[in-house]
Amino acid sequence: MATPDLLIRTLPMQAVPPDWPGGYWWHWLFFTVVLIAFVLTMVMAVIYVERRGLGRMQSRLGPNRTGPFGLLQPVADAVKVLLKENIVPDKADKLVHWLAPVIAFAPVLMIFAVVPFQNGALLADLNIGILYVVAISSVATVGVFMAGWGSSNKYSLLGAMRNVAAVVSYEMPLVLAVVGVVLVAGSLSMNQIVLAQDLPFILFQPLGFLIFFAAGCAEINRSPFDLMEADQELVAGFHTEYSGMKFAMFYLVEYAEAIAIAAIITTLFLGGWRGPLLPPWLWFIVKIFVVFFIMVWTRSTFPRVRIDQLMAFAWKFLFPLALINLFITAIQVLIWPDALPWILIIVNFAIMGILILLWSKLFKLGWGRLEV
Amino acid sequence: MTTTEMMTLKTEPFMLNFGPVHPSTHGVYRMRATLDGEVILDIEPVVGYLHRGIEKLTEERTYSGIIPLTDRLDYISPMSNNLGYCLAVEKLAGIKVPERAEYLRVIIAELQRLANHCIAVGSFLNDTGAYYTPFMYAFREREKIIDLFDMVCGQRLTYSYMRIGGVSQDIPDEFLPALNKLVEQLSRWVDEYDFLLMQNEILLARTKGVGILPRETAINCGISGPVARGSGVNWDLRKADPYSVYDRFEFDIPQGENGDCYDRYRVRVEEMRQSLRIIKQAMNDVPAGPVRADVPHLIRPPKGEAYAHVEAPKGELGYYLVSDNSIAPYRCHIRPTSLINLTALREMVKGWKVADLIAIFGSIDITMGEVDR
Repeated sequence: MATPDLLIRTLPMQAVPPDWPGGYWWHWLFFTVVLIAFVLTMVMAVIYVERRGLGRMQSRLGPNRTGPFGLLQPVADAVKVLLKENIVPDKADKLVHWLAPVIAFAPVLMIFAVVPFQNGALLADLNIGILYVVAISSVATVGVFMAGWGSSNKYSLLGAMRNVAAVVSYEMPLVLAVVGVVLVAGSLSMNQIVLAQDLPFILFQPLGFLIFFAAGCAEINRSPFDLMEADQELVAGFHTEYSGMKFAMFYLVEYAEAIAIAAIITTLFLGGWRGPLLPPWLWFIVKIFVVFFIMVWTRSTFPRVRIDQLMAFAWKFLFPLALINLFITAIQVLIWPDALPWILIIVNFAIMGILILLWSKLFKLGWGRLEV
Repeated sequence: MTTTEMMTLKTEPFMLNFGPVHPSTHGVYRMRATLDGEVILDIEPVVGYLHRGIEKLTEERTYSGIIPLTDRLDYISPMSNNLGYCLAVEKLAGIKVPERAEYLRVIIAELQRLANHCIAVGSFLNDTGAYYTPFMYAFREREKIIDLFDMVCGQRLTYSYMRIGGVSQDIPDEFLPALNKLVEQLSRWVDEYDFLLMQNEILLARTKGVGILPRETAINCGISGPVARGSGVNWDLRKADPYSVYDRFEFDIPQGENGDCYDRYRVRVEEMRQSLRIIKQAMNDVPAGPVRADVPHLIRPPKGEAYAHVEAPKGELGYYLVSDNSIAPYRCHIRPTSLINLTALREMVKGWKVADLIAIFGSIDITMGEVDR
C-alpha cells in the first residue's frame, strides 16, 4: 500500500502550492470541504437570484414570504423537496434510475477542483486544468442519459437524447473557444490563465467569449437552449419521473452546472479573481453572479430554439466562427506577440462585429419540415 | 455488424401521448402523436375530457337561465358567449335592444376580445418557450380589463353581464373615465409587448413558415377568426354580417399572407389595436337611455328557430335555437369556435418537430371548455 508520501511524489508536485501549511492532505481536506460548502451555498444563492430576478423581469414579485425579502426561499424549497416521497416508476430500471443523479452531480463538483478562488487557492493546480474541465464536464451527460433511459418514460428519453445531441455538438465550439484563450495565455493551467490576464481576455477574445457563453449555455441546458427540460413540450425532460431527494440532486446539478460555467467564464475571460479594492475571492464570486445574472436575463427574454435549429446553430454558426477565431488568434499570437493591447482589442472587436454580421446574413435558423 | 448495416440501422416510429394532463395542452386536450424521433408522422386528437353536457342542460333551463351556462363554454371570453346567445334569443323572440345597451355590448365585447388576445398571444409565446415573461406581461393587461368587468357586473370570470334584451345593469359613473384611462394604457402596452418579441430572431425562426394553413384548407374546414384571417381569408362577421351596432364603427380587418404561426400571432396583435379603435369610437357616443328592454322573466318565444352568430375572439361563435313555445328551448346547438378551428391541426403539424406541434397548437388558441362543452 502506498504511503501518503509516495502518493504525493507520484502526483504532479505543482498541484500543491509550496507555501501551503500542513502539506498535501490538509490541503486536500480543507479544499474538499470548502468546495462542497461553496457549491451548496452558491446554489442556494443563485436559486434565490434566479427566482427573484425572473420575478422582477416578469412584472411580478417573486418569492417574498419566507424570511426577509424571501431570502429563505431556497431553504424552504430544499426542506420541501427532501421531505417528499421518493417515487420510482414501476417499469424503471431501478439501479440506473437510482445512480443517475449521483453520476450527474459528481463531475460538476469535480470541475471546481481546478477553479482558482484566488492566487493559488485551489484544490489542484493541474497544469492541464482547462483540459480537465472540458473532459470532466461532459461526464454529467452520462448521468442525464441514464436518468432518461432508466425512467422508462418517453418524455424523459426524448429529453435525454436531445441532451446528448446538444452536448456532443456544442463541445466542439466550446473547446475551440477555449483554445483561443489558451493560445493567448500560453498555459492550460487555470491559475496561470488568470495570472496572464492583466487585461481580461474578454477584450482580446470577444468572439471567443460569445461562443463560449452560447455553447456553455447549451451544455448546461440554460435558455434559449433548454430543450432537454423544455417544460412546454417534454413536461420536465429527463427528470420527469424523479421526485424527492433524487429530484433535488438534479435540481442541484442544474444550478451547480450553471455556477461551474459561470466560474469557468469568469476564470477564462473575465480575469478570474483579479480586480481592484475588493478581496480576490469576493471578486470571483461577484463575477460569477454577474455571469449568472446574464443567464437569468436571457432565460426570461428569449423563446426556445428547436432541436434542428439547435444543432444547426452549433455546426453552421458557432463551429466555423470558433475555427476562424482560433485561426485569427493564432496569427495574432504568432506574428504580433508584442502588439499594443489596445490595438489588438480594437482589431478583435472589429473582427467580431464583421464576422457575426456576415454569418447572420449567410446563416438562417431555417425551418425544417419533412415530408411524411 | 458491418459498417453498412450499422448505417441502415432499423428504426421504428413510436407513440407519444400528449395530454390530457400536459403543461401545454391548454386544458385537457389529448393528442396521440406518432413520432419518428422528433418528427411528427401523425396525430390523433382525443377530445371529451371536459364534456359537461351543456347543450343538453339548456333544454332543462329557462331562456334567461342558460346565460350562466354560456359563461362556462369559452371561459376565457364569456362576454362574447353571452352576447351570441342573447342575440339568438332576441332574434327568436323578436326583442328590440335599446341603443345604449347595444353600445355597451360593443364596448364590453371588444374589451373581451382584448382580454382574450392577451391570453392567446401570451400563452402562444409561452408555448414557443419564452419562459412565462410574455405570459405575465399579457396577464398584467388582462387584469386591468377584468377590473373593469368587475366594475360593471361584479364578476371577474363568469360575468353573465349580457342579458336578453340588453345588459344586466347600467355602467357606474366611474366606468367611462376608467375605460378612457385603460384604453390609453393598453395601446402603450400592446406596442410594448409587440416591440419585445416581434423582431426576435428566435421567435421568427420558430414561427415563420411553421404550421402553414393554406387558404383553401382554412375555408374548406370552416375555420374562422384570427386563424382564418392569418391565412388570408377576409372573413369577419363584424363586417360580413354586422350584428349589434358594429356597422357604425370604422375598423380594419387585419390579415396574414402565409398562414403560418407568425401571421396568426401578428393578426391577433393587430386585432387588439383595431379593438381599441372600436372602443375609442364607441365610448365617445354612448347614448343615454335604458340599458334593457322590457322583457318578461320567463320568455316564451313563438314556435320556430333562429341562428345568431358573433365574431367571438376565437372566431365565429354561433347559437342555433329551436323553440316549441315553452319556457325552455327545445334544442340549443352551439357552433363552437375552438373545436372547428382544431380540425385542421393534423394537417398543420404533420412533418414538423415536437416543439412545433406545441407552437402550432398554441397558435390556434383554443379553450377546452368550448371544444368539449
